[in-house]
Amino acid sequence: MQPDLTSYLLVGAVLFVCGVVCMATKRNGIGVLMGVELVLNGANVNFVAFSKYTALGLDGQVFSLFVIVLAAAEAAVALAIALNFYNNHLTIDVDRANKLKG
Amino acid sequence: MSILFTIFALAACLGAVAVVISQSMARMAFWLVVSLGSTAGLFFLADADFVAAAQLLIYVGGTLVLLVFGVMLTASGPYLKIQTSPAETVVAGLIGLLFLFMVFATVSGVDWEGTKTKMLAENGQSTPTEKFDDQSEGDTLRPLGLALLGVRPDSPNSPGYLLPFEIASVHLLVVLIGAAYLARAKRRGDGS
Repeated sequence: MQPDLTSYLLVGAVLFVCGVVCMATKRNGIGVLMGVELVLNGANVNFVAFSKYTALGLDGQVFSLFVIVLAAAEAAVALAIALNFYNNHLTIDVDRANKLKG
Repeated sequence: MSILFTIFALAACLGAVAVVISQSMARMAFWLVVSLGSTAGLFFLADADFVAAAQLLIYVGGTLVLLVFGVMLTASGPYLKIQTSPAETVVAGLIGLLFLFMVFATVSGVDWEGTKTKMLAENGQSTPTEKFDDQSEGDTLRPLGLALLGVRPDSPNSPGYLLPFEIASVHLLVVLIGAAYLARAKRRGDGS
């Protein structure tokens, strides 16, 4: 069986769902970040698959490049925030981040 | 081709599942490397050689190193583990499975070939991407570079990406300054 569009989309769906579950269940802040990376990667798989198998052409690959760049930027800022939180609270547990609660 | 696709797809999916179910942060980072690297292999198989190389360089080489630094810098005490309760894990797994089935059903239910022929009939047949003789250059490198400069010789109806490229570069500069400002060293307890 040659790989077709549906198989790529299924791989992207598995990555996306794993990322969402990882974001929802991990209490470690860095774990939540890893879930975000998985979600963005699933979206990238979809972009590249549509770029190969449909009339989208090269635009899908350009978009996946932008997603990669923005994911790197997001990881840098989120990591700085996590380090700041750790310096103030001596933990990285996201359940303890409740200072903004009314 | 299909054997390689199966291997990479299985490695990507199992790596993602292992990221979810492993408890130690270092193991999560390792399985994330496996998953993202296999995804780069999938990109190579989909004729996106530059995107795959960028994925390996930026994601696996850059972002993952950043995350591992984060894991090391925020390591709590040796016996302190941050874990979710088993009931929450079960509920999250069930909801995740339901979500996965929903996405699978949606993806399988769409007639992609019919959509493609309809798109081509409405927008006209796009000219095939011109290939270059030098095989070491790859097929997508030059069109991607031209597209980021706003020139689209491969499909004249498509937009250029000069403005998003510039916005991304300024965004990266802002992120660099912001991250350095947020994570700068300061004494604890001197009023934020």
